[in-house]
Amino acid sequence: MKVLVTVKEVAEVEDDFEIDGTGVDDRYLEYDLNEWDDYAVEEAVQLQEAGDDIEVVSVTIGPERAEETIRMALAKGVDRAIRVWDDALDQDLLDTATKARVFRAVVEEEEPDLILTGVQAGDDAFGATGVALAESVGQEWAAVVNQLDIDHLLAENVARVHRELEGGVEELTDVELPAVLTIQTGINEPRYASLRGIRQAQSKEIAPKTLADLGLEAGDVESSLFLTEMYEPESESDATLFEGSAEETAAELASVLREKGVGAE
Amino acid sequence: MSADVLAVAEHRRGDLRDVSFELVTAGRELADATGGDLHVAVISGDVDGFAEELSLDGVDVVHTVDYGEEFNHDVYVQAVEALYDEVDPTAVVMPNSVNGLDYAPAVAERLALPLVTDAVGFEWDGALTATREMYGSKVETTVEVESERVAVTIRGGEWPAEETHDGAEVRAFDFEPDEDAIRSTVTGFEEVGAGDVDISEAEVLVSVGRGIEEEENIELVQRLADALGATLSSSRPIVDNGWLPKNRQVGQSGKVVTPKVYIAVGISGAVQHVAGMKGAETIVAINTDPNAPIFDIADYGIVGDLFEVVPELIEEFGGE
Ligand SMILES: Cc1cc2nc3c(=O)[nH]c(=O)nc-3n(C[C@H](O)[C@H](O)[C@H](O)COP(=O)(O)OP(=O)(O)OC[C@H]3O[C@@H](n4cnc5c(N)ncnc54)[C@H](O)[C@@H]3O)c2cc1C
Repeated sequence: MKVLVTVKEVAEVEDDFEIDGTGVDDRYLEYDLNEWDDYAVEEAVQLQEAGDDIEVVSVTIGPERAEETIRMALAKGVDRAIRVWDDALDQDLLDTATKARVFRAVVEEEEPDLILTGVQAGDDAFGATGVALAESVGQEWAAVVNQLDIDHLLAENVARVHRELEGGVEELTDVELPAVLTIQTGINEPRYASLRGIRQAQSKEIAPKTLADLGLEAGDVESSLFLTEMYEPESESDATLFEGSAEETAAELASVLREKGVGAE
Repeated sequence: MSADVLAVAEHRRGDLRDVSFELVTAGRELADATGGDLHVAVISGDVDGFAEELSLDGVDVVHTVDYGEEFNHDVYVQAVEALYDEVDPTAVVMPNSVNGLDYAPAVAERLALPLVTDAVGFEWDGALTATREMYGSKVETTVEVESERVAVTIRGGEWPAEETHDGAEVRAFDFEPDEDAIRSTVTGFEEVGAGDVDISEAEVLVSVGRGIEEEENIELVQRLADALGATLSSSRPIVDNGWLPKNRQVGQSGKVVTPKVYIAVGISGAVQHVAGMKGAETIVAINTDPNAPIFDIADYGIVGDLFEVVPELIEEFGGE
């Protein structure tokens, strides 16, 4: 059995930052493995540990810089990685259809039985790639999965999942494999990479692939969405902010709270 | 292609969800701009009852798809595809809910429509221009769609709900799905987050977020809650990490709370969190980041380090 996990290196913005054109100035960005993908990687590795002969492969669309992040996934137990990059992919905003097209080409080569993605990427938060990919490759899917019955999957080839809906309600769904599941945070406890894992990751393969390697052309990855503006939203805040030392601000807040009847015995 | 707009309503376990009424407002806004009609689709469940509720001001036609009871994405994708062929709209508008995320991307992919998710505003000038946020609401962006057809999902709570009833035409849509293509089965629902404490009953909540850094520091915020006679709640990552039980989680997938006072400690104010607490009477935020979105909805705030401020507050209230 083969499990494919899509992973993305996402940028996080520091507290103080500046916008340069249609992006946040690079000086204020820190890169990390997308939070949701960390859970997807963990789920794949747990599946591998529970079954026999399960290969876990990760795939990323991203520049060379992303390799450090990909190594983290390898150190946690992913067997090998694929990194797709090409000048034509270097756009401000890759729309969902474009990403699905690239991943589809990888899926056609790898033929995984199960694909795990994160629910969304923490940076642009489209939350759509996994389901679009499933449709594009003609597989079943389930979005926002916060529980997966691993034993049932291994025995029956059916993903028995909980989908986390709003308001503390979960939907119980059975999905036939092959399928794509978009993984929600909290489904498991992502491990830290062990020293041994980190050492082993150094010798694992990260296969670089261009569009041509995947049988695609620049024309196949023309996004239909364009980012034309980025700005800091006008603060709608009419909050009273207390300034000064911790002692002073705490005293001021305390008197407001007392007025509201908080803390009165 | 017509200039019409097709909006897809959402319901669960017998009730239309709020976003359905917001979709009518958003869909009408778009249809006014495109110069077309607003069609609303309601798929599965008590479609006739729903259609009556959706006969709202601004709606031209309600299409009912009488198949199955609860949401099933394989049914929804087929039904929206068939309605798309019938209505030939320029835009399909869907909710950016958990179920919306389970079918809208597949609809867009199948119909080869560009997809904009989680829109908080839009304009139409021959094509859609949408406003959406990035980096956990730290920035807003303008996204232009290079196509005269589009699929878009809207964020809940951004458009007002349409509530004025007006007779819309109701059409029963003749829908015959390919049943072999229905390969996922919804087997039931489960309520989670029950337990000893019901945070939605509390008058005062002290809520802890990822700014707390370590599990052992939770105790500091618990002591504040104790000193204030308040109940402890949290944002999602605290529950994901297993530091507090699920019944303490505030937000879209946790509890909706409306206490008299809500004190957010080290919580950024992500949209899914705010969905659960924006109805609090008074909101207080303690956060080191002056740009944190939580300050946009706060009434009082301290831009400061919780590890310095919280101990002082505990002392103010004579806590241990
Ligand atoms: C489908 C879906 C459903 C979701 N449902 C929920 C939900 O129900 N509830 C929920 O909460 N989230 C939910 N989320 C997650 C949500 O998007 C955010 O990831 C989450 O709310 C962030 O929690 P946080 O504010 O505690 O953490 P962060 O966003 O990491 O914020 C931590 C904050 O702490 C501040 N901070 C750091 N150090 C200090 C310090 N020393 N003193 C003071 N402040 C400090 C930082 O400035 C920052 O603002 C959901 C997401 C998805 C995709």
